[in-house]
Amino acid sequence: MGTITNEDLIKRISTQFPGQVTVLGEPYGLLTMETTREHIIEILDWLKNDAVLQFIFLTDLTAIHYPDQEKAMAVVYHLHSLVNNVRLRLKVFLAIDDVHIPTAIPVWDAANWMEREVYDFFGVLFDGHPDLRRILNVDDMEAFPLRKEHPLEDPNRVDKKDYFFGR
Amino acid sequence: MKNHPVYTDNDPQNELSTLNLGPTHPATHGVFQNVLQLDGERIVSGVSTIGYIHRAFEKIAEHRPFYQITPLTDRLNYCSSPINNMGWHMTVEKLLGIKTPKRVDYLRVIIMELARISDHLICNSVLGVDTGAFTGFLYLMVYREAIYEIYEEVCGARLTTNMGRIGGFERNFNVIAFDKLRRFLKEYPVALKEFEALLTRNRIFIDRTKGVAEVTPEEALNYSWSGPILRACGVDYDVRAMEPYSSYEDFDFEVPVGSTGDVYDRFLVRNEEMWQSLRIIEQALVKLENEPSDIFHADVPDFYLPPKEEVYNNMEALIYHFKIVMGEVPTPVSEVYHAVEGANGELGFYLVNEGGRSPYRLHFRRPSFINYAMYAPMSKGMLLSDAIINMSSLNVIAGELDA
Amino acid sequence: MSDIQLVEAPPGVEGAGFFATTLDKAIGVARSNSLWPLPFATSCCGIEFMATMASTYDLARFGAERLSFSPRQADLLMVMGTIAKKMGPVLRQVYLQMAEPRWVIAVGACATSGGIFDTYSVLQGIDEVIPVDVYVPGCPPRPEAIIDGFMNIQKLVKTESLRRRSEPKYQELLASYGIQ
Repeated sequence: MGTITNEDLIKRISTQFPGQVTVLGEPYGLLTMETTREHIIEILDWLKNDAVLQFIFLTDLTAIHYPDQEKAMAVVYHLHSLVNNVRLRLKVFLAIDDVHIPTAIPVWDAANWMEREVYDFFGVLFDGHPDLRRILNVDDMEAFPLRKEHPLEDPNRVDKKDYFFGR
Repeated sequence: MKNHPVYTDNDPQNELSTLNLGPTHPATHGVFQNVLQLDGERIVSGVSTIGYIHRAFEKIAEHRPFYQITPLTDRLNYCSSPINNMGWHMTVEKLLGIKTPKRVDYLRVIIMELARISDHLICNSVLGVDTGAFTGFLYLMVYREAIYEIYEEVCGARLTTNMGRIGGFERNFNVIAFDKLRRFLKEYPVALKEFEALLTRNRIFIDRTKGVAEVTPEEALNYSWSGPILRACGVDYDVRAMEPYSSYEDFDFEVPVGSTGDVYDRFLVRNEEMWQSLRIIEQALVKLENEPSDIFHADVPDFYLPPKEEVYNNMEALIYHFKIVMGEVPTPVSEVYHAVEGANGELGFYLVNEGGRSPYRLHFRRPSFINYAMYAPMSKGMLLSDAIINMSSLNVIAGELDA
Repeated sequence: MSDIQLVEAPPGVEGAGFFATTLDKAIGVARSNSLWPLPFATSCCGIEFMATMASTYDLARFGAERLSFSPRQADLLMVMGTIAKKMGPVLRQVYLQMAEPRWVIAVGACATSGGIFDTYSVLQGIDEVIPVDVYVPGCPPRPEAIIDGFMNIQKLVKTESLRRRSEPKYQELLASYGIQ
């Protein structure tokens, strides 16, 4: 429903960054593209400053953990162009033992806390972040809770009787 | 305590004092901490610490079926829980491809606008309390009780409503609910006018709030602000107008926009939004008269629980009930992002689904979290009392901040 | 005649210009009708508390007119809302700073037992860190329920013996929490 169609977006981005972005699909009308961590900041910067596209709003920065895939950690950026009323989703896949990705703070200051939250939950390390420490969990927590292997409940709880919970 | 580094390299002679505007502070806005370095009354630097009410919603959501996530969304922005509930239901309906009938949309609009009024009501009256004007709060809380009574007629609960189902509502709105709604529409404008007369042109209030914490649109967009505080800066971004959901395109309303982004503008924008919400509710009541009055949910037997009388008597309904509760209904393997205009800004739900009955990953784009990130950089150079007013006008709800 | 109820005087001997009763009854009546609460409101129950303090359900009728945010000046610690593990030490610190006599009321399911949040980051009930006198269940409890909890606290306060705080049972309770 925006003034730029998804095909137009794909064409513009692919001509500007040939071979560096792949289109993953358009689930429910939202164009989803994938790129690598070497190119992501350049792409975000170009998307923000391009005179026609103007993706000036970073809606969200989050991550998803796919333990069964080879590249297990996906960092997802949601962008929004207010002028053209169109959204875009960018994904960067990282291997679980090498979860480094450059920080998006030079492009948007909003990425500061969003990246801290991703680090807190998933352990993704953002290179160049001025203050990468935990934001929501206790500071001395060692595990990364939203990874799939971490349990939901506190394992040290003594007063929950297994008998009543069917265990 | 380890989690607040105070930068002491700017204070070689130890002249600045450190104030811990700690997690429990009298402004009753919620549990978040700011450690401020003060030069007399002026703030030199500040560090925010949040997470004091981190309840791990996103982790819990991976272990709950879709219909059990609604009570979790309640507790995000608990001052306006129906908006969160409706937003979540709309996200799931977008994933499943369910189209709700017009009457459901209009009822949802009424409830969401009531929730918006109740949130702005608390925010503005508590802003008055922070400047010293306690009376406005007492006058307006009576109308929040009136809204609670309307919620009780629809879903049974006052605050954390768990309202609605995937595809509509759990029961039709009864006559009493509509009567209470009409009485609210008659009585509330009088009270709101009285509240405005107390504060809007009050010399003391204007002196406290005008020119405090001015924000340019570039700064606000850089920090991904949304909602009334962004509109107070001059950017007319309202999700209801840009990407209408739940038949908002059928309604005629204005999006109030401020000019300087200071606390007074935010107060005025929220007041005007309450007037616009009243206007929307009146239009919705008129539109409802043209819709058949017995429809209150979409026809999706795969996801909407059949009524108990049919479950006990009808084999088909029993099978549907079993399949829904046990999670045997296949759901699309896809990802969806849906945003609604929450009371604080763009409340987004990013749902990644792998076909089961629970999401694979659910992420809430929480406006309070993103709006609050700018608070510490913004308070450099402010007087302490101005920083308190600023925090109050950002309307940070702790449940949404930490999730 | 107005229908406003005032506090009843305890049983005692009344005469022209004097009233004689036992010390603990007099102090009990005075304490229970002038409790100064410390609202430790963290989440949704805090909003129901705001509704309780507002005009419709006025908690000030029971003597709790003056909310104290300073622990030293408060009698009753009202913990309303979820207490996360990060907040636990803060809650304990506030409790330690309160001067005797002090009572604690846990409002809401989350303060009572962790509520619906059985997760790694939520304290499963504040009685893991501080001793609690009255629990008010509900999610969130209606203002009537909060008032009922408050009235139960008043009953406790009224009938408490003056020597209770120095009894070995009380000292043992505090010691089990690690509080001197």
